[in-house]
Amino acid sequence: MGYRKVLRPDHKIIENFITEGASVLDLGCGDGNLLSSLIKDKQVKGAGVDKYSEGLNECMKKGLSVMQLDLNRGLASFQDKSFDFVVLNMTLQAMYDTLLVIKEMVRVGKKAIVGFPNFGHWKLVLSLLFKERMPKTKTLPYEWYNTPNIRLMTIKDFKILCRENNINMLEQIFLGENGRTISGRFTSWRAAEGVFLLEG
Amino acid sequence: MIPVDKIELKNFKLESGEELEQVTLAYETYGDLNRAKSNVVLVFHALSGDANVVEWWGNIVGSGKAFDTDKYFVLCINALGGCQGSTGPASIDPKTKTPYGLKFPQITIKDMVNAQVKVLDELKIDSVLVATGGSMGGMMSLQFAVSYPDRVRNVIPIATSARTSAQNIAFNEVGRRAIVHDPNWNKGDYYDKTPPNDGLSIARMVGHITYLSDKSMARKFGRKVREGKDFEVKFTGPQFEVESYLQYKGGRFTERFDANTYLYISKAIDLFDLSDEGNGSLAKALNKCKSRFLVIYFKSDWLFPEYQCLEIVDALKDNFKNVSYRVIESTYGHDAFLLETEGMTKAITSFLEGAK
Repeated sequence: MGYRKVLRPDHKIIENFITEGASVLDLGCGDGNLLSSLIKDKQVKGAGVDKYSEGLNECMKKGLSVMQLDLNRGLASFQDKSFDFVVLNMTLQAMYDTLLVIKEMVRVGKKAIVGFPNFGHWKLVLSLLFKERMPKTKTLPYEWYNTPNIRLMTIKDFKILCRENNINMLEQIFLGENGRTISGRFTSWRAAEGVFLLEG
Repeated sequence: MIPVDKIELKNFKLESGEELEQVTLAYETYGDLNRAKSNVVLVFHALSGDANVVEWWGNIVGSGKAFDTDKYFVLCINALGGCQGSTGPASIDPKTKTPYGLKFPQITIKDMVNAQVKVLDELKIDSVLVATGGSMGGMMSLQFAVSYPDRVRNVIPIATSARTSAQNIAFNEVGRRAIVHDPNWNKGDYYDKTPPNDGLSIARMVGHITYLSDKSMARKFGRKVREGKDFEVKFTGPQFEVESYLQYKGGRFTERFDANTYLYISKAIDLFDLSDEGNGSLAKALNKCKSRFLVIYFKSDWLFPEYQCLEIVDALKDNFKNVSYRVIESTYGHDAFLLETEGMTKAITSFLEGAK
């Protein structure tokens, strides 16, 4: 897990979106690495939400403020626009009620940041075409029958969902397989991951 | 077991405006107070608890436990109004030289906390590392954090609420009715006679039901019938195991607990509404706090359901306080706070590791 020691590329992009001293709610905060670096680098007022005890214990060891809640039940106890940023990184594809989660994010946050693995990456598409098996990658390593990633989507899927629900896409950044930002043509084929800055 | 250590207070003012001329507070300590006095864990006990915390919370407090007595100085004080060494309705009223009975003023959770702070003063402890407790003890930990924000650095309210719900008041009232309708209660004046044991025992039975869960009762008793008691009972004795258990627990309780204390302390619980400290707003009340919080809720605790714990969490997070919230899987009901050792230990030790 050496890669966790340096700031993950998607974490860096999220950090760049976030303004100094902002309030941040990190949904699916895991072991709290993103929150910790945001507090350290951007002096944010941060809180995390996750479902799993192991990660939450790690967060508390770091002194973070974290709540054990099930995101599929929404963020009912969070007030409108009570955080400057609500972040959901690499978790959306594991949500049951995806649309509810996105809508809740732009309700609770003045801005929302969503990062997810792109199922429309050309390798995945070709792999599906030629192998006729559900593709597996570094970010999506599971078998189809045991994967927690139950809602796989492409970047285009996500854009359409946002458009249909009047959610503004303020910025979008794509990461290639090596974690570097990519731009130019065919980004939605070449991107392994997309990170989006949204506003409700 | 009555604790050895105690302090005496003179003219202790109560929230009601009344005054207790003489107050004794009995307490127990475990582990060593370090030189900086920075390792104090203050545990508040629940309605029927006492200062002997290693007795009722030995799985959480002790050598190598979540509140490790090799590391921490654990302090637990019998609440004001109690009957395990501290002044309560069974104590002698200095004015009449007889037990207070109903002459004892109605105390509140805040009064209990104010009294316990005097023990901290006596021990010259400016600020505690942790204040914690389950149920009523959790209420006291919250009140302490609001009333004395500079005297606590971490608060762990467990299986508790910031304001007692109608359902809890209702159960408490059934218990109190059982006591006051016992002819031996005699308007609280029974200390030289037979005490209202039947009433107190029924109160405890009701209470005990609320501490368990349907699952835990099904597992423990199911429909088991006591031997040879199929049809001949005629309401004279227990037929089902669960009846027998409750009666036994009720009876045992009367050996160590005073009925008037039950009335006074359960009423203090009913009166508890922390939002009073913020003109009706819990968020305003909790905004006074300066400590970190870990709120613990147990699944299957229907006496203090999740929304009550979340209400505390929400009020804190809306103020951008450092609050963590943990849900611990359990089928034990409210009693889980005494029984779910592993989940609680992991959460508490992780939280304390993050304490600066």
